[in-house]
Amino acid sequence: MSLLHLAILLPFIAAVFVPFLFKGFRSIHTGWFVLLVPLALFIYFIQYMPVTSSGQTVSQTFEWIPSLGINFTAYVDGLGLLFALLITGIGSLVVLYSIYYLAKEKEALHNFYVYLLMFMGAMLGVVLSDNLIVLYMFWEFTSISSFLLIGYWYDKERSRYGAQKSMLITVFGGLSMLGGIVLLYMMGGTFSIRELIGMSGELMTEPLFLFAMILILLGAFTKSAQFPFHVWLPDAMEAPTPVSAYLHSATMVKAGIYLVARMSPVFAESGVWLWLVAGFGIFTLFWGSFNAVKQTDLKGILAFSTVSQLGLIMSLLGLGAAALHFDTLDENMYMTATIAAVFHLINHATFKGSLFMMAGIVDHETGTRDIRKLGGLVNLMPITFTIAIIGSFSMAGLPPFNGFLSKEMFLTGMISVFELDLFNLNTWGILFPVLAWIASVFTFIYSIKLVFKTFLGKPQFDKLPKKPHEAPIGMLISPLVLVALVIIFGFFPNLLANSMIKPAVESILPSLTDAGQEVYVNIYFWHGFQPELFMTLGIILTGTLMYATLAKWQGIYNRIPERFTINGVYDRGIDRSESGSFKLNEFVMTGYMRSYLIYIFAFFVAILLSTLGIRDAFAVDTSNLAEIRIYEVALALVLVAGAITILFAKSRLTSIVLLGVVGYSVALFFVFFRAPDLALTQLVIETVSVALFLLCFYHLPEISRKEERMKFKFGNAVISVLVGVTVTLIAIASFSNHQAFESISQYHIDNVYDLAAGGNMVNVILVDFRGFDTLFEICVLGIAALGIYAMVNFRGARGQKR
Amino acid sequence: MKKKPNDLILQTVTTVISFIIILFSINLFFAGHYTPGGGFIGGLMTAAALVLLLLAYDIKTLNTILPFDYRLMTAAGLLIAVLTGAGALLFNEPFLTHAYDYFDLPLLGETSLHTAVLFDIGVYLVVIGITMTIIQTIGESE
Repeated sequence: MSLLHLAILLPFIAAVFVPFLFKGFRSIHTGWFVLLVPLALFIYFIQYMPVTSSGQTVSQTFEWIPSLGINFTAYVDGLGLLFALLITGIGSLVVLYSIYYLAKEKEALHNFYVYLLMFMGAMLGVVLSDNLIVLYMFWEFTSISSFLLIGYWYDKERSRYGAQKSMLITVFGGLSMLGGIVLLYMMGGTFSIRELIGMSGELMTEPLFLFAMILILLGAFTKSAQFPFHVWLPDAMEAPTPVSAYLHSATMVKAGIYLVARMSPVFAESGVWLWLVAGFGIFTLFWGSFNAVKQTDLKGILAFSTVSQLGLIMSLLGLGAAALHFDTLDENMYMTATIAAVFHLINHATFKGSLFMMAGIVDHETGTRDIRKLGGLVNLMPITFTIAIIGSFSMAGLPPFNGFLSKEMFLTGMISVFELDLFNLNTWGILFPVLAWIASVFTFIYSIKLVFKTFLGKPQFDKLPKKPHEAPIGMLISPLVLVALVIIFGFFPNLLANSMIKPAVESILPSLTDAGQEVYVNIYFWHGFQPELFMTLGIILTGTLMYATLAKWQGIYNRIPERFTINGVYDRGIDRSESGSFKLNEFVMTGYMRSYLIYIFAFFVAILLSTLGIRDAFAVDTSNLAEIRIYEVALALVLVAGAITILFAKSRLTSIVLLGVVGYSVALFFVFFRAPDLALTQLVIETVSVALFLLCFYHLPEISRKEERMKFKFGNAVISVLVGVTVTLIAIASFSNHQAFESISQYHIDNVYDLAAGGNMVNVILVDFRGFDTLFEICVLGIAALGIYAMVNFRGARGQKR
Repeated sequence: MKKKPNDLILQTVTTVISFIIILFSINLFFAGHYTPGGGFIGGLMTAAALVLLLLAYDIKTLNTILPFDYRLMTAAGLLIAVLTGAGALLFNEPFLTHAYDYFDLPLLGETSLHTAVLFDIGVYLVVIGITMTIIQTIGESE
């Protein structure tokens, strides 16, 4: 385990200490301690910048489950480092902001920071691991921690709804992705992304290739809120604003972007990849920006805006994949799309982060985020206004901010679709620049609306729950840093070109740089009177016109009936599945032990008997039988007699004692056949369970007369006979077939002393050879005990509520 | 109103016997690597001793003698087991790789020490924890 691994795990380790810090130092805001973690990590990761910008990568492996090909390989290249710096950099600012946003007296800060740190670590794990299974594990960690963060104010119904929605959708995508990963493993025989990239050509010829691609894309699309999975993102805005700024704009939702970028070299040879990624991206861009205009909640606008901007980056990545079809870098215009994607990724994190923080400030200082109630705040909150205007002008793509530059590059990329004569893009391809232009107009409108409705216009302070005033300085630092970056990147775009953008682009398009060529990144501020400049002018003109006449055409939003929206589909789906599960549950879970046993035994008999039949595995071999000794016969008779007597027992006490007889007899059999470990276990278990029965005996009702004279039930009789027959058949068959294959016990006999220095094979198997089984078993036992504890102790509480 | 039970003999014997059982269970636990025994059986045996105490006296008396939170014990056991497994990662070994070596200890002479014992302590604690949690929960409920 190297320092790099520890860096990835540091947030998890730190999270363990947060509750103690919260309880131990009540007078200091816990956030101050937490702030050290992302700061330290940011400084640590900065050190890798010279390495990646010179085109090198760092890879550290430690073996985790080597027999399954699962190793924790930390891999730092341009793309991974870019994300790591975003996660820790924006993370530091968000933690700093949250210190002022969340009051230490009122909030459950220990929970909040544990979740946040968990999320940070998970995100670092996603972007810095080369092994797909490890990546998947961290990926699901981000889903879980984001679920916890969205539901942070869990006493609010909307929070719970949003948390559940995001969980259901992203975990659905995650599981699909796992399927895709398994398919890739079946085709390539490795979980390592770099090795898969190396064999992308061979993978393409596999029949399952397309299927794997779609499954992986499902994971990426759900996480990055692409249409039609974007519905969870607006509801996720119920989370505290620092969370929205962090998870839902700067990092987590970009995990999908990361995945697409990372897997591009594997899949991009196929044209389907280009169509799917670029197509879904451009439509999401349009749909998100179109819907953002109708929102009245500040965070609602920003949520839809995030959806649309993610679509923008996605479409650029899809288009950039076309670059892999060309071998030379000269005149490779599709590479521009990838550069634009990476550049916009950085820009989006800066301006969207600052805007979310601005929305949080407005909410914090006025008590509302509803733009219908806000207005005229400019005189009271001049600094916040400055932040808002820079952030949203950058979002709208206006000069001189960084958003303008990446927007121009985006338009260049979209226009270049025409030049692409691959895959018939020149016919349907016209949709790309058209949709891009329309979406940009809507982006312009909502960006303007966001600032003007909040800060300008008629003041209506009487509608506000609080008397507005400027935020404390601590709250303003983080957004000010971010808008400073917006301006700096706007004026000096090439500041990042060689250190961050170039290495990232090189890792997205590795085949281009294999020949020793270098990607050339140079972002112009003034690029002459190109078509994209005229498109921008058109956007500004049309946008201003449409914003001025907003009241006249706003009605079209009401034309879309609720029934046909994706939200409606989701809600109805949840409703139906809830009522369906409830009905199924009513039907299956009767509350009687005997019904459950019937299901279990029927299933057991069906599976085993049919396997015996299909495999033709039943055989009787009477040679080589051991002789039967007289005390074994006696013991068997006792056992059978005990079992049969239970059926006719008239009181519970008798049945408990008889059950004990059966159990101890079995234990004696273990003694006879030299299995002392089993015998010991069985004896103690028997003792403890009889004691347990006696404990609850007092509370159990008497066996009623009805049960005593219970009718002979044909179905039950059939099942019980069948169970007996199955077990007998299997015992005979396994004895008769035992020469058919080699027993695994020889391996253990040979190795038990050499490998584990143990004399007791059973125990060595338990702790050494199959320690994982034991670990999971004790987990199951623990869960069972907790379940019993919860059922018995909270039964009363629930009953009272009803 | 229940009659006061007459279980003097049981109580007297139990006080002595339960100690013997617990000592035996500890012996079983440590002997596990070479002869029958180990964390699972040792834990069960200890739990059995506690159950015996519980039958001879009652839950309240047992709680005053051994004031353990058995749910906490289960959690501690699980944590120990997982941490033992994770410890191997620090030495660049796969999860749950155990190590052993021979040491000359005072009094005991040459003894082999295994990290597997640590893992087994986790199992031991979990087994006692869950058995007692279940019995206590069911026994205490009305």
